[in-house]
Amino acid sequence: MITDAIIANSPALLVMIPLIAAFACPFIGRISPAVRNIWVVGAMVLTAAMALLLAGEVFSSGTVVYTFGASAPGMSVPPDSGGIPVRIVFTVDAMSALMQIIGAITGLSIVLYSIAGDRRHTGLESYYTLYLLMIAGVMGMVSTGDLFNFFVFLEILSISSAGLIAYRIDRGVAVEAAVKYFVLSTIGAMVILVAIGIFYGEYDALNIAVIASRMQFTLLDQVALVLMIAALGMKCGAVPMHFWTPDAYSMAPSSITAMLVVASQASLYGLFRVVFTLYNVTLNAATVGWIIIVLGVLSMVVGVTMAIPQKDVKRLMAYHAISQTGYMLLGVGVGLAVLGNQSLLDAFGYVAMEGGIFHIINHAMYKGLLFLTAGAIFYRIGTRNLNRMGGLGHNMKYTMVFFVIGALAIAGIPPFNGFASKLMIYESVFMFNPILSIIAMVVSILTLASFVKVFHSIFMGPRLPEYADVKEAPAPMLIGMGILAAVVVLFGLFPGVVVDHLIEPAAQALVNQGAYISAVMGGA
Amino acid sequence: MDLIASLYTGSGYWNPLVWLIAIVVVFVIVYLIWSRGESGYKKGTLQTTPFISGNPEPEKSGVHVPGGNLYWGYTEALKGYYSRLVPLHTGRLNDYLLWYLGVTAIIMVVVVVTA
Amino acid sequence: MLVFGTIPYLVIVALAVIGLATVALKRNLIKIFLGITIFESAINLFLVSLGYRDGAVAPIFTDAPSTEMVMATPQALTLTSIVIGVATTALLLSFAVLIWKHYGTVDTDKIRRLKE
Repeated sequence: MITDAIIANSPALLVMIPLIAAFACPFIGRISPAVRNIWVVGAMVLTAAMALLLAGEVFSSGTVVYTFGASAPGMSVPPDSGGIPVRIVFTVDAMSALMQIIGAITGLSIVLYSIAGDRRHTGLESYYTLYLLMIAGVMGMVSTGDLFNFFVFLEILSISSAGLIAYRIDRGVAVEAAVKYFVLSTIGAMVILVAIGIFYGEYDALNIAVIASRMQFTLLDQVALVLMIAALGMKCGAVPMHFWTPDAYSMAPSSITAMLVVASQASLYGLFRVVFTLYNVTLNAATVGWIIIVLGVLSMVVGVTMAIPQKDVKRLMAYHAISQTGYMLLGVGVGLAVLGNQSLLDAFGYVAMEGGIFHIINHAMYKGLLFLTAGAIFYRIGTRNLNRMGGLGHNMKYTMVFFVIGALAIAGIPPFNGFASKLMIYESVFMFNPILSIIAMVVSILTLASFVKVFHSIFMGPRLPEYADVKEAPAPMLIGMGILAAVVVLFGLFPGVVVDHLIEPAAQALVNQGAYISAVMGGA
Repeated sequence: MDLIASLYTGSGYWNPLVWLIAIVVVFVIVYLIWSRGESGYKKGTLQTTPFISGNPEPEKSGVHVPGGNLYWGYTEALKGYYSRLVPLHTGRLNDYLLWYLGVTAIIMVVVVVTA
Repeated sequence: MLVFGTIPYLVIVALAVIGLATVALKRNLIKIFLGITIFESAINLFLVSLGYRDGAVAPIFTDAPSTEMVMATPQALTLTSIVIGVATTALLLSFAVLIWKHYGTVDTDKIRRLKE
């Protein structure tokens, strides 16, 4: 009975638990640091359990619709409203469930890592409060079925991220990074609000399913689409709007950088939700698909070429994050470009979209792992400058193994998970346009080159005298990194079962706008 | 059987377990070749120190090539590309915003004109 | 009457352009934040004016002079947006204080330690 009630209300609990835990954190933190750590880890474990329960429910029995304030959670359309869902509705379909799984696994490993990795900082109650707010923001953004609710959670996420980026202050440099991130983020969010206002003015609704069922592609809709694509593309770090990404990712504490990757991917989810579920075939699929493909190709190339000459290890990894986002945009853009054409969709469109979506979860895992290893190195030796590091492979063996797993995964080397998703993207994009696939492969080689450089300069070489007594990273950090590395290896060894059970439902859910609309509006 | 299913892309399939078996076979062959090597040497004597044409071995911190110098040849060869790309990353907040607004304008023109 | 109905939208466009131009072209960080605030006011005005209906009264049920009311949903959206704007401005200004303390200047040309 209790478990049934919990599972039935899990969309609400998913956002409520981190919110309540976040606001109670400063008070609990006054008792002692150990109690605060237990509180935060407990809240994150509960949130991850809710996310995994809800994802299990969605993958086994279809889209879950949760209405806030109705007499029963599934009653999205009140009987006296004339067929319109009037309350805030959380629509959790397979794509949302996948993003929730990403948020749960990453959030859990980051909080375990943070317990040890951030213990030298002061003001940790605020840190964990903002971190739990970030989790609430991510979970809300990917679960909601209401556009204005999406905007609110987007703002929750960006305000708490900005506070956390500036957390270390670092003689003012971290605050500079946070200002750049936050000004761009605010302008972007307000532009999204303009687009939401345009939708409301035209269709008198804020629910994604209702607007999707009433969508005609008028001039105002085109304007709103462009505003949404540009703003959400800027939030996820697509070139040429990517300038805030290296600054923010390098200056934030390393655990927060791993969470910022998930935040960028939540914005990428928002982009796909707008393009596929709001518009679907009403938009000019070839044009918008090619726009996303061009953004993706630019991101891949500029990201990796700017990464190679970098001297700061986290800035280098941030440029690689931009580059890998390009892969996701390329894969899903190819799927979008053939959206109206069922035969091409079956031939390579679905595979391209599955490749892009699989890359989202793979990237969150191995990029989070890489940033956590960079954080472990920074924790022990106090510098991020590649010119001053060397020979750490003698002292930090576990960190080196995790770094190697992450570096091979990002370069797309079998048998890790990066190879599986990149293979899907290469083969399907090759059938769409061979040049794009060749660019993607060259970028992959340059990624490998760049990580060989990082690996050599950090871990290889003789034991340097100034790092003679550097110890291995503390155990909670290793456990956090170990969870992500285990997912990287497991997803790489069993990609077939992951794609069949997780990714293919997500791709089908994105393309199938009719199923989304009928799940919310009850077949109307 | 579901767990070891292959990943089917549109034009082929990929099964990492087959790859693992292949790698294990390769490692076995490598080990057999390595075990036929010279094993009768004494560690720590002149037999294991690096040979640098008879010159004395430099101190440890002088041997390691730091990270910033590793790809000098690559960045020199692509200097035309990098000398145009890197100055675009000015670091000024106003430029970041102008790029964002400019890209919005370009995409707006493309979408509205072709629809 | 047609011209009358479009005056709010003209004002919104003017405010938005002023706000975005301030953020894009001014060097002083505080002026950039003021530009963000102006842009925010333009957006709030846009949301409220979306709900306007000709000849309608405020959406308050008690002692309403007539039952034709303006739409209430955009007013709720605007309230939320104003609150988000307050939080945003507070955080931005605290960042400005910290930058002044550590850099000694609020000129974006000089706050450039993170580049390329």
